[in-house]
Amino acid sequence: VARTRITTDGVNQEARDAMWSAIGDPSRRRVLDLLVHNSEVTASWLAGQVPFSRQAVMKHLAVLERAGLVSRHRRGREVRYRVEPDRLDAATRAMVEVARDWDGRLAAIKRLAEEAHADAEHP
Amino acid sequence: VDDYRIEREVVIEAPPTVVWRIVTEPDQITRWFADHVTLDAVPGAQGCLVFDHPDRVSTVADLVVERVEPPELFSFRWGHPEGEVPGPENSVLVEFTLTPAGEERTLLRVVERGLGLLGWPAVDKDHYRREHLSGWERHLGRLAELMWQGPGSRPTA
Repeated sequence: VARTRITTDGVNQEARDAMWSAIGDPSRRRVLDLLVHNSEVTASWLAGQVPFSRQAVMKHLAVLERAGLVSRHRRGREVRYRVEPDRLDAATRAMVEVARDWDGRLAAIKRLAEEAHADAEHP
Repeated sequence: VDDYRIEREVVIEAPPTVVWRIVTEPDQITRWFADHVTLDAVPGAQGCLVFDHPDRVSTVADLVVERVEPPELFSFRWGHPEGEVPGPENSVLVEFTLTPAGEERTLLRVVERGLGLLGWPAVDKDHYRREHLSGWERHLGRLAELMWQGPGSRPTA
């Protein structure tokens, strides 16, 4: 049987790791939420919306940018940030998919265990 | 560590010893998970899960058993690069916890956590990329629910 081996290779793995770390942090997700609901904003504006410093906001933006979830655009003298929709969409869909798969598997385990238990009690 | 964590649970009308067999025995695992299973429930044992697909070649996921504490805890790591020893930095941990929940009843919880969806066959990235983008709030809301507020889930931070 021909098989493809599921492993990860350098670049892709790094990209995926970056993406998941980026959305795993609650503060960063707050920044991401703001970007999703406001098309193009500056770091200063973001800092005014959150309970942490502009410096922290800049750090979060850098992580999000490295993960490809956010991009930076120069508008005159300002630098504005916006989300990269395709990338974020892929991340959230993948997460939903994993949870849904586990729900299905747990339901199957439940059915099998309850059948096995009933058989043992009433052979 | 900034990682993702998915936690799901189910109540089963059977004692933990029965649930344990379903979760850890290869002949049982093929009935709810992979199509072919090689696995010894012994810490450090290497195994693999093979998933068949009707329209393309099968996929193989190597795994290494981590903890085996019958009938309470079973975990393995997968998604690590071929030839590497799996650990927190390069793999995904899948952990099953079986807790007695009354007479002949078990609370089964599965937690999957790691630095990414490494080695996850159901996640077809190309498929997601092709799909039309929609529903920001819905996706983000669902994500938050899964990661921090979902049934049985707990904050990760």
